[in-house]
Amino acid sequence: MFELLGIPPQALFGQLLLGLINGSFYAILSLGLAVIFGLLNIINFTHGAQYMFGAFVAWMLLTYGGLGYWWALILVPIIVGITGIIIERLLIARLYHLDHLYGLLLTFGLALIIQGLLRNQYGISGLPYAIPPQLAGGQNLGFMFLPNYRGWVVVASLIVCFGTWFVIEKTRLGAYLRAATENPTLVGAFGINVPRMITLTYGFGVALAAFAGVLAAPIYSVNPNMGADLIIVVFAVVVIGGMGSILGAIITGFGLGLVEGLTKVFYPEASSVVIFVIMAIVLLFKPAGLFGRTA
Amino acid sequence: MAEAATATRPETATRQPLLAVRNLEAWYGESHVLHGVNFNVFPGEVVTLLGRNGAGKTTTLKSVMGILTKRKGSVVFQGKELMHAPARYIAREGIAFCPEERGIFSSLSVEENLMLPPQVKPGGMSVEQIFDLFPNLKERLNSQGTKLSGGEQQMLAIGRILRTGAKMLLLDEPTEGLAPVIIQHIGRTIAQLKNEGFTIVLVEQNFRFASTVADRHYVVDQGRVVDEIANADIEANLEKLHAYLGV
Repeated sequence: MFELLGIPPQALFGQLLLGLINGSFYAILSLGLAVIFGLLNIINFTHGAQYMFGAFVAWMLLTYGGLGYWWALILVPIIVGITGIIIERLLIARLYHLDHLYGLLLTFGLALIIQGLLRNQYGISGLPYAIPPQLAGGQNLGFMFLPNYRGWVVVASLIVCFGTWFVIEKTRLGAYLRAATENPTLVGAFGINVPRMITLTYGFGVALAAFAGVLAAPIYSVNPNMGADLIIVVFAVVVIGGMGSILGAIITGFGLGLVEGLTKVFYPEASSVVIFVIMAIVLLFKPAGLFGRTA
Repeated sequence: MAEAATATRPETATRQPLLAVRNLEAWYGESHVLHGVNFNVFPGEVVTLLGRNGAGKTTTLKSVMGILTKRKGSVVFQGKELMHAPARYIAREGIAFCPEERGIFSSLSVEENLMLPPQVKPGGMSVEQIFDLFPNLKERLNSQGTKLSGGEQQMLAIGRILRTGAKMLLLDEPTEGLAPVIIQHIGRTIAQLKNEGFTIVLVEQNFRFASTVADRHYVVDQGRVVDEIANADIEANLEKLHAYLGV
């Protein structure tokens, strides 16, 4: 059995896998934030609550509706995405002509309301959500043991992230989105319904968060604080990657998950702050973020 | 002024204007920029809005297009009042706008820029026909839109609105900052588009260029149309024009 810098490989690969799992969630969530920020110019502070709400709706579908994990994976993004569309039409749409700060305050307030309601109803101890039977168990890879569900989380988030990247960067619809991000007025003057595009984009970003929530439900217990804990790190990821950069959000998400995992192996004391230290350094030397475009 | 138009061009009296702008006023925030703009554009014409910097030419185009929303008065296109319609609706009625800053999207390739404006009416130009007009674009399809030269960006900005089927084009200073050989190319293109039945409103500061392509000129000053000159009469009105344009 080989050792690397005195670290047993099981520990190293175990932490790398954990890092990759965390990175999967960072990537999906920061991708949603980046898409929303790009077009709406709103920093969606409700994102963490919408991720958490996704996990709760999955739990509710199972508990009250008898609909299991695979149904949840399809239905939850749609349901939570629709709530996002309603929020955008009813509330956020009224703020576009105002300073960024108003959008930030509104979405932060909404996050507190959603968390408060669910905390009041279900407490904070967390609700269990079982791993679907098809993904129970794991594989012995020789150098480490890979639980099937964790492997699935990484694969599923890679598919969703690169699917989103492909749609935005390589399709006609994505070209509309990129163009409207640059100059919504001119895109409107070509006859394209920009307000509708903005609404659907917000719904889509929220649906991504909810999808991540369903993926997370069997790993972390479903509880009202799960989003608030995660979203602070995700904001750091978005700042490091560069606001509004799609590929930047994905790569930074996975990359920082791995960095965090490695830090846990080599210097565990720093593992909870390493991302913020990187953020500070990036802000010093590249204020627009690693992948951000400077205007 | 309306009487003058009828006198110089009797045939226009019996035709319906394609675009009729009446008492158009517009504001940027609190500042009142247009104070009652009046002009007609008849089908198949090339009409220019001439005037100094800040006279209100661009504002007029933007108000007609619905990009500037704080406006009042009347804009009738093909018999339909567009004053209260949003820009996207006006575009779908068949008016296409080419902005002064060209509006090429940097996050889109040349091809994506070209294909961006949706078709609003049947009978738009095919991509092949657009390449016939602007052969340069064909070779640069995969380049980033803003990597093109200024002249190529202008060709792309004009080319992409020809696909849409809109027959009324609003071109805001298409020759600004371009080399003489490119200006000639744009001039030939405008003449060709007129032959193919497009109706064009052209904002220009360069009346020498304008006189090579236009049928009529409206002079805009301080947010109003102050004069109308048929292109045939432009030589006779040179002194007046110099006074208006301050050249």
